[in-house]
Amino acid sequence: MSTTPSITPSVPMKSNLLFGMLEWFGELGIFVWQVLRAAVTPPFQVAEFVRQLDEIGSKSIPLVALAGSAIGVVLALEARYSLVRFGAKALLPSAIVFSVVTEMSPIITGLVVSGRVGAGIGAELAAMKVTEQIDAIEASAVDPKKLLAVTRILACIVAMPLLTLAASCFGVLMGWVAATLTEPISLVHFINAGFKGAGFKDFLPPTFKTCVYGLIIGTVACFQGMRAKGGAVGVGSAATTSVVLSSLFVILADVILVKVILLLFP
Amino acid sequence: MQASQEKKPESENVAENGEPAIVIQDVSKSFGPQRVLDGVSFNVRRGETLAVLGRSGTGKSVLLRIIVGLQDPDGGAALILGTNMSEASAAEINKVRMQMGFLFQHAALYDSLTVEENVAFPLVHHRKDLSQSERHDRVEQLLEEVGLSGHSNKMPSDISGGMQKRAGLARALALDPVILLLDEPTAGLDPISSGEIDELVLKLQEQHTMASIVVTHDMVSAKTIATRIALMDKGKVVIEGTFDELQKSDERFVSQFLHRDF
Repeated sequence: MSTTPSITPSVPMKSNLLFGMLEWFGELGIFVWQVLRAAVTPPFQVAEFVRQLDEIGSKSIPLVALAGSAIGVVLALEARYSLVRFGAKALLPSAIVFSVVTEMSPIITGLVVSGRVGAGIGAELAAMKVTEQIDAIEASAVDPKKLLAVTRILACIVAMPLLTLAASCFGVLMGWVAATLTEPISLVHFINAGFKGAGFKDFLPPTFKTCVYGLIIGTVACFQGMRAKGGAVGVGSAATTSVVLSSLFVILADVILVKVILLLFP
Repeated sequence: MQASQEKKPESENVAENGEPAIVIQDVSKSFGPQRVLDGVSFNVRRGETLAVLGRSGTGKSVLLRIIVGLQDPDGGAALILGTNMSEASAAEINKVRMQMGFLFQHAALYDSLTVEENVAFPLVHHRKDLSQSERHDRVEQLLEEVGLSGHSNKMPSDISGGMQKRAGLARALALDPVILLLDEPTAGLDPISSGEIDELVLKLQEQHTMASIVVTHDMVSAKTIATRIALMDKGKVVIEGTFDELQKSDERFVSQFLHRDF
């Protein structure tokens, strides 16, 4: 006898997924509110903030510099090929500088920091959660959100534009190296040609939009870490979801911010 | 001197005028369908140590978390130094927490900090009047009290479980608490280390005259350090009294529990 496939199991699955998402966003909203309140209430954890700035900022520089260098080289090689075809080889420095500084460097920095810092914060806080270290902080009359979340989120917000700047510098520099290996051009000439006709308003909004990426990475990673449950599996899951969700939200934020920047700084 | 400066906080008065420092009133707590605490009530005064015993999953640790304010009860109240922990503001709760020391079951030392930094943690955050050298001296004194002199620069992962418990105890005592809460202080330790921890708790209790609650499975430990024992089963306190009073009980569960170890 043939049986008709039932569609009923998928209905509860879909509603579970929907409720799960709504629950996640609801909890995230409460978390953000608590973090905001903790951020504006003294005492401020300045020492921990500086430590996190070093942990998140300084220690990410090598990775970000490497990523920036790679996009500089790739852009130089790809753009040269396309521009030569259309007889616009003279625009190569501008093409590299604008692509690196306005879009490639911010988004690549955002994704690299999502991977390194998002996983680090997610795993660290999750491990602290499952071993009751966060409860111990709270039992010591210290607000864990103020000590752990606010400091990390602020450090991400401050570090991101600086890391983007580093990635941009290395991207432009390595773009020039790649360009000059094919057809020698002096660095001064490359820089002058690259930045010709461009002002601060062309470069500041894309750089500072990475503050929003920092906010997203720090918030998502702290949230996922501080709500971790279970043992090693919970820690692994918090690290993975921190990276996946923060990367996803960084890309979505980029789409929105590009449009906003084009509207506000035409 | 102004009157406001002379007046001690209400919580300190409660602890010093003979009133119980810890009052647990008809506390209940459920996790889903599982009721882990069902109308638990008891008091603990300063100088007293109450050992809470019971089978695994009877809500002993949850009770401690309710006392510290890490969890809210579904019903009833935990009045700690006169403050209802489930109704007080965050600032009021923190004021009470500063007069409490809590030793977690697995010590819960901060694994990225050294033993010294762990013990100094409450001092760093709440005793900003102390200079760095005064703080260091205080930490050294605490580590000496718990027998950990010379281990201050080690990381928690580099010391044994017993030593971690001692370091956790030193951290719990850093702010001279009025209340000491110990969650399974001898769990996972060999009999000799357990005995040492018991002696240490007794010594500290004599020195600091705190109101203490010890959650444990270890009847030997409970007999050694507690002035009273509360035996819990299915979320309720089955019997509360001295060890001798418990021995005289006709309750089957009580005799089963006592004769497992003796």
